[in-house]
Amino acid sequence: MSDEKKPLLSPKTKRYILSVLALAGFFLLWEVICLATGVSDLVLPRPSQIAAVLVEKMPLLWPHTVQTLYTTVTGFVLGVLVGIVLGMIIGSSRLAYDVAYPLLVGFSSIPKVAVVPIFVVWFGAGTMPAILTSLVISIFPVVVNVATGLANTEPELEDVLKVLGASKRDVLWNVGLPRALPYLFASLKIAITLSFVGTVLSETVAANKGIGNVMMIASGNFDVPLVFAGLFILAVLGVALYAVSALIEVRLTGWAQRKNDMAMA
Amino acid sequence: MTRSFIELADVTLRYGGGTLALDHTDLDIDQGDFVALVGPSGCGKSTILKLVAGLLNPSSGGVIVGGREAGAKGGGPVDPHTPRVRIGLAFQNPTMLPWLTIRENVMVPLKIVQPFRADYARKKRGEFAERAEALLEQVGLKGFGDKRPWQLSGGMLQRASLCRALVHDPQLLLLDEPFGALDQFTREELWAIMQELWIAKRPTVLLVTHDLRESAYLANRICVMSSRPGRILEDREVGFPRPRTLEDSYAPEFATLVQELRMRIAHARTESDTAPAEIEPLARRVA
Repeated sequence: MSDEKKPLLSPKTKRYILSVLALAGFFLLWEVICLATGVSDLVLPRPSQIAAVLVEKMPLLWPHTVQTLYTTVTGFVLGVLVGIVLGMIIGSSRLAYDVAYPLLVGFSSIPKVAVVPIFVVWFGAGTMPAILTSLVISIFPVVVNVATGLANTEPELEDVLKVLGASKRDVLWNVGLPRALPYLFASLKIAITLSFVGTVLSETVAANKGIGNVMMIASGNFDVPLVFAGLFILAVLGVALYAVSALIEVRLTGWAQRKNDMAMA
Repeated sequence: MTRSFIELADVTLRYGGGTLALDHTDLDIDQGDFVALVGPSGCGKSTILKLVAGLLNPSSGGVIVGGREAGAKGGGPVDPHTPRVRIGLAFQNPTMLPWLTIRENVMVPLKIVQPFRADYARKKRGEFAERAEALLEQVGLKGFGDKRPWQLSGGMLQRASLCRALVHDPQLLLLDEPFGALDQFTREELWAIMQELWIAKRPTVLLVTHDLRESAYLANRICVMSSRPGRILEDREVGFPRPRTLEDSYAPEFATLVQELRMRIAHARTESDTAPAEIEPLARRVA
């Protein structure tokens, strides 16, 4: 925007290029180390081998990718919705807070591996346990953050609204929820990565579809490059969904991230 | 006998912890009056303000505002047909909502208070926005309506906070040290603006302040309170003609009034048998 002499690249492009270079460098280093040490692809396949497997087996991997994405996103969305509702209840009532919090902490401390068999008993192996595991695992961070955000309303602001005759719902709608929004988005980024953990966990234990299942079978067959290809797909999906949450976050809660446009003010 | 607009009758307030904040206090305020409450810190000035606002309920005694009993939910009306009094409130801390623009912040009361609330969706871009804009212009914030709160200085936010307290044409304006955190120049400028707004709309104002010059400049009546538990020790009319100017505030009779108030408060602080309230830089501010 300024007329000062422009550097060749804007700082943004520069950062972008640097992060791409870092990524490429990481894979290159991996490749070089594997070649130099001559490590067997049964232990650690080279990135080029993984890429080859990805291309070659894509028709086979694609339905599993879709399945994992579907169960993760479904579980995540449901988990977030349940989490928001629970967080709103817990964050706006002292009683609910006292009653529900210990219960919630208790549930979330249970290792999710232990829960999957129960889901399998209830619903049979396959899609349902995966969705449920993803759901259950993503609730906790959302509840905690939404409740914290709601509890953080300044008392003076609440007074200003109460004096105007605002109902509890008015206060929640006009102040509580917008104030809790940045907290919610912070939790979404945690929840989406956890959701993947949940799904893949469930697919590894009890499923006949999904990337977790593919990796399970592949490692049984000592097809280590395929295992790594599965890992790669999971990483890409995770990054993509994380990016989507981050994008929505910037759109909706730009006011909470003022530092970036301070200079424009 | 006609009732006063605000009546505190024999009000006692004891906080949950057992602290006696107000002890058998009486205070009547007429409609359209401008009353300042001054006193040592911790004497219950803000408590009176919160009682009038209906944010606190008295432990005993009655608080009646505009013919209605004040209370958290507007209270039980003394006369069931008395409409709810429209109240504007401004604190020392401007408490703007960071996700709204300044104009939207000023318009928040219109979103909540009837009769504006019913028309909010329809008029928020037209009439209501203009109304907010006009107020912003009056306090010297023309052109800042689209800015976000963090882009404004403390003094500017406090101006916007005043606009928010006034946008719904309140019959009663409650100010709790609204200029307390500002520098001397901004504060004096806002006194003049406050006076102008009061002369134009004539709401009833209850101002809580530490600044004795401020109270003498703005108020028609100054109530001096004792240390905790608070009681009103002295009730003074301030007869200076309006509009008052900053030069007036350096006139000898003005200085005499401020000096007398200051002595009264110094006295109030020492005569109390409870532990003395923390020392505040009263003398420095008044000088």
